[in-house]
Amino acid sequence: MSVLSFLILFPFFIAFVLFFLKKDSLVRSFIVFIGAAGELSLSVYFAIDSYLYHDIEMGTFYLSETHDLDMLIAALELCLMLVVFFLAVKYKKYPVMILSALGTIPALYMDLTGKSTTMASHIKVDHLTVIMVLVVGVVGSLICMYAVGYIRDYHRHHKEFRDRSGYFLSLLFAFLGAMMGLISSDNLTWMFFFWEVTSVCSFLLIGYSRTPEAVHNSFRALWMNLLGGCAFMAAIIFCIYVMEITNISQLLVYASLPTVTVFPVAMLAFAALTKSAQMPFSGWLLGAMVAPTPSSALLHSATMVKAGVYLLLRLSPMMCGTYAGTMVAVIGGFTFFAASLLAITVSDGKKVLAYSTVSNLGLITAAAGCGMEEAVWAGIMLLIFHSVTKSMMFMSVGAYENSTGSRDVEDMHGMIVRYPRLAFIMTIGIFGMSVVPMGMCVAKWAALRAFIDSGSVYLTLFLCFGSASTIFYWIKWLGKIFSVSRGSERHKDNVPAVEWIAMYPLAILAMVLCLVYPLISALAVIPYIQNAFSGSVSRLVTAAFESGSAGGEGIIAAISTEDFIIMGVMLICICLLPVAMKMVNSVQERQVLSYMSGFNSGNDRSFYDSHGEEKDQWLSNWYMNGLFGEKRLLPFCLVLSSAFVISMMTVCAIGGLFI
Amino acid sequence: MTEYSMISVIIYLIFAPFIVSILSGVDRIVTARMQGRCGPRLLQPWFDLIKLFSKESTAVNGIQKILVMAHCFFAIFSGAIFFAGGDILLVLFALTMAEVFLILGAYSVNAAYSEIGAQRELLQMMAYEPMTLLTAAGFYLSAGSFRVTDIISGNVPLILKMPGFFIGFCFVLVVKLRKSPFDLATSHHANQEIIKGLTGDLSGPVYGFSLLAELYEEALMLGMAGLFFLTSDRMSIIAVFIAIAVIMFVMSLIDNIFPRVKWETLLKTEWIVTFFAGGGNLIILSLIRK
Amino acid sequence: MRISKSPWLLHYDGSSCNGCDIEVLASTTPRFDVERFGIVNTGNPKHADIFLCTGGINSQNEDVVRQIYDQMPDPKVVLACGICACDGGIFKDCYNILGGTDTVIPVDVYVPGCAVRPEALIDGVIKALKILDEKAEKMKRGEYKSLTSAEYAEKLKGMKTASDKEKEDENA
Repeated sequence: MSVLSFLILFPFFIAFVLFFLKKDSLVRSFIVFIGAAGELSLSVYFAIDSYLYHDIEMGTFYLSETHDLDMLIAALELCLMLVVFFLAVKYKKYPVMILSALGTIPALYMDLTGKSTTMASHIKVDHLTVIMVLVVGVVGSLICMYAVGYIRDYHRHHKEFRDRSGYFLSLLFAFLGAMMGLISSDNLTWMFFFWEVTSVCSFLLIGYSRTPEAVHNSFRALWMNLLGGCAFMAAIIFCIYVMEITNISQLLVYASLPTVTVFPVAMLAFAALTKSAQMPFSGWLLGAMVAPTPSSALLHSATMVKAGVYLLLRLSPMMCGTYAGTMVAVIGGFTFFAASLLAITVSDGKKVLAYSTVSNLGLITAAAGCGMEEAVWAGIMLLIFHSVTKSMMFMSVGAYENSTGSRDVEDMHGMIVRYPRLAFIMTIGIFGMSVVPMGMCVAKWAALRAFIDSGSVYLTLFLCFGSASTIFYWIKWLGKIFSVSRGSERHKDNVPAVEWIAMYPLAILAMVLCLVYPLISALAVIPYIQNAFSGSVSRLVTAAFESGSAGGEGIIAAISTEDFIIMGVMLICICLLPVAMKMVNSVQERQVLSYMSGFNSGNDRSFYDSHGEEKDQWLSNWYMNGLFGEKRLLPFCLVLSSAFVISMMTVCAIGGLFI
Repeated sequence: MTEYSMISVIIYLIFAPFIVSILSGVDRIVTARMQGRCGPRLLQPWFDLIKLFSKESTAVNGIQKILVMAHCFFAIFSGAIFFAGGDILLVLFALTMAEVFLILGAYSVNAAYSEIGAQRELLQMMAYEPMTLLTAAGFYLSAGSFRVTDIISGNVPLILKMPGFFIGFCFVLVVKLRKSPFDLATSHHANQEIIKGLTGDLSGPVYGFSLLAELYEEALMLGMAGLFFLTSDRMSIIAVFIAIAVIMFVMSLIDNIFPRVKWETLLKTEWIVTFFAGGGNLIILSLIRK
Repeated sequence: MRISKSPWLLHYDGSSCNGCDIEVLASTTPRFDVERFGIVNTGNPKHADIFLCTGGINSQNEDVVRQIYDQMPDPKVVLACGICACDGGIFKDCYNILGGTDTVIPVDVYVPGCAVRPEALIDGVIKALKILDEKAEKMKRGEYKSLTSAEYAEKLKGMKTASDKEKEDENA
């Protein structure tokens, strides 16, 4: 217990200290460094500790008697509500006050009356918790480290914003702590508290620069997340008053009785959809791009959005074949497809990343909603790979922006020559997101198989179309990086060392994960799935495995050993490419100009026009705005998905409450 | 790997380019006859390939050559997995990887025609990939496995179960064999689109590598078409040869009578066909399975 | 295998009246069908072995011809097709015409005619193929490397081309 409580409280402590260190100083950097390194090693230690000294198979339970802590949490919840009220009044955004009150007041009531707790423990550690702690701890801490260098450069480039970097760093750490709390809570009310903390933290981070746009976007993020919070609260009230349970693990016991749990599961799933920025709620995540890069990295890769899919993955044993499951799967699949089309049409690097995040989360959501063992396996794997790869992508785009002043994909032309180190990071990132021996594609592969097995044609179609368009936007980005202009030279990148400390380990991790994922799968993912699904092996799954499709062990034959070896060979071949390049290039060959109908002016970058004057050529990528433009596609998608969510939620609410 | 799959991989590695270049030689002669011409020698595509490797090697930059070679390597690699009887999804993913390297090679020269070609190639991938993935899904549903060895061990030819997938897959073949109306990125014809698009800045042996990869890829695609007909019965191999002959003939016919389309038409056609032919057949297969 | 089994051809129209160009295209039609010899009309210098030039060289296109020629990989041959490409033809005395193809790049085969007949053209190509094979042989032994356009210009400084000589004759 002591390790875990330290894991949760330590970031809050660091956040508290940083809050008072307003000036950028060596001491502050040192504290951030200590905080991040401490949190990182703590999470690793925690993982080892739980494996070696605790009964992780059954889950380790802590804290069953928590009256004092509940009071503390009630007080903090009140504080959160007051913060929201204060800012809502300040910026005249009154509706969020209602949402905040709707969520918080019942929580306060239940905390104060002691309804929120039975004798069940509040904290539970199982395999999924350990996975999440590692993801959040490792990736999140590295992001915090990166933030030190980034925020300094940020204020150097943006003199117009007031330097509140102490506050910023402090929020990042608070976020980490809240996340750790969220993933280890078993008690729903506690989980709700940490859920609200992440909502408010993200709201404050998005509004960091205080420009009108930032304020507007931050309130959009706030109301969407608070709406999810209200749904969460509704689920809690139902659980406590109707089912007389307080914990998620107690809820999961009812998995075999889908009629009883329709309402709470649907409500929790709805909350998770808002937090994971699924389709009708994708707006907040795209708006969050106005925030400084570390916060978008933190919100998008390791923490905030992962909280939603984490909850869904927890609930997935209750999803198979239920209304809530169908809602989640359809919304997830649809979001995966639609967001990947939308990502084609934007050129702002961070926006592409945002859409791609929404899209990938959609896939995880769909996997969770599918509710089969294989799908959940794919979902957890996607979650791990995505966190590592995407945070790295965000960091490299941020570093590029601080070096060149632009984060537009079009401006990354020829990056491989101009900024080879950043290009290296980005290349690994893009490969990791899109092509096969790397992680994301492997998980996608398992997901495809699971979707076919579950017999859901729509998910299979969504996945096939979506992954085709995913390739398009990633590779055209990669192509820009690889365009070599004749005579361009290496520039000095102004990336501080501390940012490299964050990026290199992630790049290495992304590569290593491709080789060790079977280990992770065997140690953590499969045991979790076996435990989670033991009570309720769904009919579909048994049917699929009886037909012998997946072979012996059942769950994870999606990728056989042979395929794994083949992919290892591919990965090694790719790693050998630079070496091969040296060898091939040792044979000197005649250099010719690129073909421009004979009008190349001699440097591959300009040509002679019909007056004999030199003109620059400007090569731009393809955005297909006429076909899938944001203006054309987005409103349509939002209306469609909203209608679907509303009707499904109505069905679930009526079904759950009155039947 | 069994002995049988070893042999088929070795046959693939050694003879595939030769066999496929004879096939495309036949194709060129048939095309010429359709146009009332005499046409080239049967081995013409093979001569072309050999010639390219004997030419001087020129390059626009240092990374172009290695990227194209990587493309060639992975194209052969994915074919080898296929003919070894491996997982068909892995084959498709490896093929995508190979294409990515060719596209990067075209991007790397930073020239207008190459870059347009590269993006059109990407578009083509986006257009046909849903169908290839769905075809794999179809094989899985009807044969119970993604592995090629299992797919061909059935008793009835799979085309009976998956005619919709076959129609969709033929549309993919039109793109993959670079036939008009869908040869946007580069064409095997003299009347080229955008100066041979993404291969426009490759010359000599480097271009040879990209053509070699194309031959291997073509062998792979025809092999996949063969999966629809192959069963555990040895004689079904004859059906495969007949099917491939018919497919090739229809391809040249289509090639000769349709003009090249715009990219929107390509994308819409492919996706609509995928959705209705592939998706429809998928629904039927899932229902049967339940 | 001889390289002449697969000659790929690049057709460049200098400042021709299009008469020769029509004949060049005519030779790909069923009646003449140059594909019999494996000839493909590539349209991209980087893939081509034979540079087939019609029309005279003017000051607008001289650099274009040089650049295209330089982009072709060795071994390569140049075919001047039609009398204008050989020495400027009836446009020779125009203010904008510099002369035949050989004013900017080395020419291997001259095919006269106005317009050139497909039979003559095919005959010229066959001649060019022999030269191509010889060059390939020499290249294999490492004895041959074709002149770049810049080297050719250097060389021209010291000597007179066919069209120069004719001009002098006429002046005399």
